[in-house]
Amino acid sequence: MNEFYYFIREILLPSLFEGTLVTIKLIIFSIPLGLILGVLIAVGRVYGNRIISFLCAVYVIFFRGTPLLVQLFILYYGLPSVGIFFSPFVAAVIGFILCSCAYHSEYIRGAIQSIKSGQMMAAEALGMSRVQAILYIILPQALRRAIPGCSNEIIYLVKYSSLAFMVTCVELTGAGKIIATRYFKYTEVFLVVGIIYLLMVSVVTKFLDMLEKKLEIPGLG
Amino acid sequence: MVENFLMIFQALPYLLRGSLVTIGLVGGALFLGFIMGIPMAVGQVYGNKLIANLIFFYVWFFRGLPVLVLLFLFYFGLFSLMGLNLPAFTSAILVLGLRSAAYQSQIFRGSIQSLGEGQMLAARSLGMSKIQAIWNIILPQALRISIPGWSNEYSIILKDSAVSYAIGVMELLTRANFISTRTYKPMPVFLTCALIFLLLTYGGVKVLNLLEKKVRIPGYAYGRREI
Amino acid sequence: MQKGIDKVVVLEVEDIHKKYRGQDILKGISFKVRKGETKVIIGPSGTGKSTLLRCINQLTIPDKGRIWLEGEEVIHTKKNINQFRQKMGMVFQDFNLFDHLTALGNVEIGLTRVKRMDKDEARQKAIEELKKVGLEEQANLYPAQLSGGQKQRVSIARALAMDPKVMLFDEPTSALDPELIGEVLEVIKNLAIQGMTMILVTHEMGFARSVANEIIFMEDGKILESGPPYQLFNNPKYERTKRFLKKITELYGE
Repeated sequence: MNEFYYFIREILLPSLFEGTLVTIKLIIFSIPLGLILGVLIAVGRVYGNRIISFLCAVYVIFFRGTPLLVQLFILYYGLPSVGIFFSPFVAAVIGFILCSCAYHSEYIRGAIQSIKSGQMMAAEALGMSRVQAILYIILPQALRRAIPGCSNEIIYLVKYSSLAFMVTCVELTGAGKIIATRYFKYTEVFLVVGIIYLLMVSVVTKFLDMLEKKLEIPGLG
Repeated sequence: MVENFLMIFQALPYLLRGSLVTIGLVGGALFLGFIMGIPMAVGQVYGNKLIANLIFFYVWFFRGLPVLVLLFLFYFGLFSLMGLNLPAFTSAILVLGLRSAAYQSQIFRGSIQSLGEGQMLAARSLGMSKIQAIWNIILPQALRISIPGWSNEYSIILKDSAVSYAIGVMELLTRANFISTRTYKPMPVFLTCALIFLLLTYGGVKVLNLLEKKVRIPGYAYGRREI
Repeated sequence: MQKGIDKVVVLEVEDIHKKYRGQDILKGISFKVRKGETKVIIGPSGTGKSTLLRCINQLTIPDKGRIWLEGEEVIHTKKNINQFRQKMGMVFQDFNLFDHLTALGNVEIGLTRVKRMDKDEARQKAIEELKKVGLEEQANLYPAQLSGGQKQRVSIARALAMDPKVMLFDEPTSALDPELIGEVLEVIKNLAIQGMTMILVTHEMGFARSVANEIIFMEDGKILESGPPYQLFNNPKYERTKRFLKKITELYGE
């Protein structure tokens, strides 16, 4: 028992701590850009001309229709063959951004399309340009409505950040795998790793719920 | 360019056999998730507190962990702890299936709850037992309503199945990776692999849409129940 | 007692109590229903009329009180209760037709799954029942393809197919558009004429007056008064009954 305790405290937790930091960095770098790109794609699909709308649609179809892991392989193993090199960490972050923005864009697009056309008309009647109307009237409402979907996507991202290990970026899962293999303690290590993910997911969920409450428009269900 | 095409052409049969493995993974996992997910959903809605709590815990656990961590945990850890010496393919099906059960149970639970209690009351008023009512009245409707959610689950599992690369299952991505290291042409190989996944995703969703149309109840407005 | 009514008691309800979320919904309801009798329960909304009906076939389990059907006590044990429910047909305010089954399927399912009748026999019987409510031509339509009145007639046929000893109607016309009410009332009236034993909760006073052997006025979880229609309508004992009848007649017409 003592030995087990020693293993957890002195060996497992310190290296998992390092890995957790990498995971947190992966997530924090990926979320904002993923969201911003998601908004752009959604706006492009709804308000863009035929070509832009079509290109955005193709983008979304590709990134939602293929596994994130395949996308990461293309970024990390494929691109060097055409002369583009990324470190594992950067490849993972780029992959997460490119993939998550496709999912975000679908929630945001749905939200934009759910806003009544009267809102756009009223904005234009006030003399706003189309861009102004989108920026000041449509998006503030649509983004609020998209929060539950996008929150879900962010929680997915927390979990799927583990795939970074498959392109040799040693984050939480990777750190666990290395220790588990060295000490041959798979069950213990991955249970602890799992608990850390559960904690992260809980914290992020709580935070996003609070955000949603805070941004709620009084009187609107 | 031409030699790339030739290379892909030569590798295609090998990759397509990998797609069959992928389809096997997805089919097995969806099936396991289905036969576990239904009783779980029923248990959560109609079961007693203990059963409902146990299912809640199961769902929380399997939905909260990354699929890669689950795969490592079960394949390297729990399965051998249980004295099971399972091949990678079977392990991947079990892990993807156990996890899918958590997701599918919530799809079915939502559908059951969307039916409203009137259906159960009417069935009981005819003298049906709870089980008869669930079997004859609740599930036939709930399953129909679940098809869109289920088709989403299909596309998620399909994409997640690529993770079984990590334990060496010879599915599509593993084979693509194999060819890419042998030919030193990763880009065309992985793009082809992506394309096959794309076809599988949208092809499968299309089939499920057809199924939904086929079993649709005439005149019934899904999601919007009118009296 | 009106003539034509057999004296045999089909259903007896004794001292039913029900609390819901700390509030007393039913505070001791007792009455007897004789064979062939039509009892109509009226009263303001929220006085527990629907709860009372559901207590009778134990869809809601009463906190206290006893119920006898043809002299046998209705007890809520798993096996027993399903036997009793087969003998008590229920018609709901919002129909509760099974949306995945055709009109015919709705009438058949109790026969095949509960009564274990064989398929052909069940089909024959179901078609008969649909004929009785004038819907044999709609047999293969799904609920969502039927009008409200048609739905309610199917649900009556569904209950009748089980050959119940007593029918419980829970505001069967409240969810219907005015022009569809007549067809449903017509079906119920025919049942009364044919001697079906019925308990009916309704706000249709004109109808209540014409079919009821006895009217029960419920208020606040209790029976305030009861009696034959002419007595209750023309000469109610309580001022409250009079006021309710006046208001309801203004609202719904005769």
